[in-house]
Amino acid sequence: MTAVRPEPTFLGIPPFPEAAHTALADLHLRANLRKATHTIRERRAAVVGEMPDWEKLRRAGAAIKDDVLAHLPRYLEQLEASVTAAGGTVHWARDAAEANAIVVGIAREHGTDEVVKIKSMATQEIGLNNALAAAGIRAWETDLAELIVQLGHDLPSHILVPAVHKNRAEIRDIFAAGMGDAGRPAPDGLTDRPADLAEAARQHLREKFLRAKVAVSGGNFAVAETGTVCVVESEGNGRMCLTLPDVLITVLGIEKLLPTWQDMEVFLQLLPRSSTGERMNPYTSMWTGVTEGDGPRSFHLVLLDNGRTDVLADPVGRQALRCIRCSACLNVCPVYERTGGQAYGSVYPGPIGAVLTPQLRGINQHDVDPQTASLPYASTLCGACREACPVDIDIPAILTRQRAQLADLGRGPVHRGEQAAMKAAAGAFAEPWRLGLAQHAASFSRHFIGRKGKIGKVPRLLAGPLAGWTASRDAPAAPPESFRSWFKRTDGGLTEGDPATAGSPADGGLEEL
Amino acid sequence: MTTTPAPGADPYPDSHTPLQHVDLTDTGLPHADLQHPGLPHTYPGLPSGAKAEILTRLRGALSGEGRPERVEVDRSYRRTRGEGTDLAGLFAERVMDYKALVLRADPHTMVDSAATMLRRAQVRKLVVPPGDRLGWLAATGAELVLDDPPLTIDQLDAADGVATGCALAIAETGTIVLDGGPDQGRRVVSLLPDYHLCVVRADQIVGTVPEAIARLDPTRPQTWISGPSATSDIEMDRVEGVHGPRTLNVLLLA
Repeated sequence: MTAVRPEPTFLGIPPFPEAAHTALADLHLRANLRKATHTIRERRAAVVGEMPDWEKLRRAGAAIKDDVLAHLPRYLEQLEASVTAAGGTVHWARDAAEANAIVVGIAREHGTDEVVKIKSMATQEIGLNNALAAAGIRAWETDLAELIVQLGHDLPSHILVPAVHKNRAEIRDIFAAGMGDAGRPAPDGLTDRPADLAEAARQHLREKFLRAKVAVSGGNFAVAETGTVCVVESEGNGRMCLTLPDVLITVLGIEKLLPTWQDMEVFLQLLPRSSTGERMNPYTSMWTGVTEGDGPRSFHLVLLDNGRTDVLADPVGRQALRCIRCSACLNVCPVYERTGGQAYGSVYPGPIGAVLTPQLRGINQHDVDPQTASLPYASTLCGACREACPVDIDIPAILTRQRAQLADLGRGPVHRGEQAAMKAAAGAFAEPWRLGLAQHAASFSRHFIGRKGKIGKVPRLLAGPLAGWTASRDAPAAPPESFRSWFKRTDGGLTEGDPATAGSPADGGLEEL
Repeated sequence: MTTTPAPGADPYPDSHTPLQHVDLTDTGLPHADLQHPGLPHTYPGLPSGAKAEILTRLRGALSGEGRPERVEVDRSYRRTRGEGTDLAGLFAERVMDYKALVLRADPHTMVDSAATMLRRAQVRKLVVPPGDRLGWLAATGAELVLDDPPLTIDQLDAADGVATGCALAIAETGTIVLDGGPDQGRRVVSLLPDYHLCVVRADQIVGTVPEAIARLDPTRPQTWISGPSATSDIEMDRVEGVHGPRTLNVLLLA
């Protein structure tokens, strides 16, 4: 057995605030992210805007998925029966280790030491590549972005475009340095033109496609009624993997089902427009079992639980299982746009990751590690994610529920400063004279006003409770005069005096402080 | 029960021996063993209780107080384009948005139009699926290579291009659907050559995705094609041409 180098994992990534702090300091990363998220945001808005029935499609999409979840045992057994009847083999995996063992077992049975892979969130989630590596089997990622991540010994940072944190010049360097070790080297004098980079990937992967005996994919949808499995892609690497090798193994989360063939009409409209911002993605492949003389001779479908049944048990959180992995929520998220995906410490980053990862790791059932416990707080609760979601997942509602779960059990990050501030506020509101005193103190806080009239990080010694509050966010500057004193001075606004005598805020000047 | 192999140990000492799969949790639904004797076999060392346990977990998750309510799916979204839509015109426009070349032709001009496109793409050796529906392309001067008997991977890889018909096309999304019909052939035929000429008859064009789904047979292997192979993986800018045919030409026959 030749040793296969394992890939990096998210193990050991610090809690979100710490990881985000590092990411935020990387101006280069922020420029890459901003450009990419804004490009795709505009494209999505344009193709969604031309659909007069978009809201109806969204509601239908959400309802179909809710129906799937409500009757999952029945639909799973129906899928197993229809796939089997069409000549496929169905396997069930309770967790990552089981799913990996099944895939490794099939690959070994066919005597191969390599597999070609279609980009798949499920196989990333279970760490399949490293399980294959441990068995001496190389897993070649064939999606361009996955190839960039794999050759760069990097971690993914986006659901659709795992290498979104890299710009063209960085990609050129990764190809030039890494392709030779994995197979056909990059051509001499490779430029950073996207077309040249795509051509280099085409040349590099071609020999792998043509010789591969076993392919591994995920699946976007599987139709219980017919046993049809669907993979949506752009580059044609998916078609290569689905038609050239003799053996195809598809790892599918159990929530990916659709009841009927007709349901595809909803999701093949929702997914491409939400995901890549196209009316339709370049290639969609659908197959039912095996077809004589066309494509693989053997098809294995691995149905993966790995925490999904726990998510299903939560009445609020279960809607996260509607997710079709389009990544629209990442692209509109003000937090994701600034921190990027790696700060979330999970293969599912961004808003959907912040609600799905903690649930898959058992936040609804038991104690979780500090990194996981930090994820429900990786959001401003602005709600842009829900608005963009093609299946209307109420991400803010799940986030607040998880925060409540953590706070109730005293498991969340303890904001001592925040708790002290809340206590102080309760005291201040108890008696009118106390509030007056607090407002005077607030006016004093203007000495810490930073740019844009906000109070940034306040020196701990001076500010007491406010220090905890402002460690992770800005507080708006208090006005120079409280409402109470203004009311007193002007007799409720009847004798409005010269503002200058009340100490004008002179905001323009404050910008310079 | 765990399936994680012990480090260094071979967890599949006998992985080439098919075992008879006996599932004591059989639910009475059609089962693999009954329909296909000998299939599937389980992999030695793997627990067979996974299915039973997952189903038990699911039933537990769906019972009790938080049980989901019954859902009705409202399908009042559009099924068709409005009356009077020029479907062929819309289809051509949307395909061209993907940077694919579209030429419209009639029975008198189709050979010349096809010849123009093939010349422009410098295609001489053109693979065609078995079935003789595209035999007329020989009149363009191209050398037709029939995929019958099936060509090898290397032969397909070495061809300049491929020509196919289609099962149907969707105007609103500029999509061509292949389903392995006689003028479309195996999926790999329209994948390996770098150039794809697709012949679409105007009466094959439907308006919307729901109309297409209603007409298609899910048991046939399908490939939906919307423009040439492309990627948005570099700075999320779309680049045409990765692994599939980098050039897509559509000949639209009135």
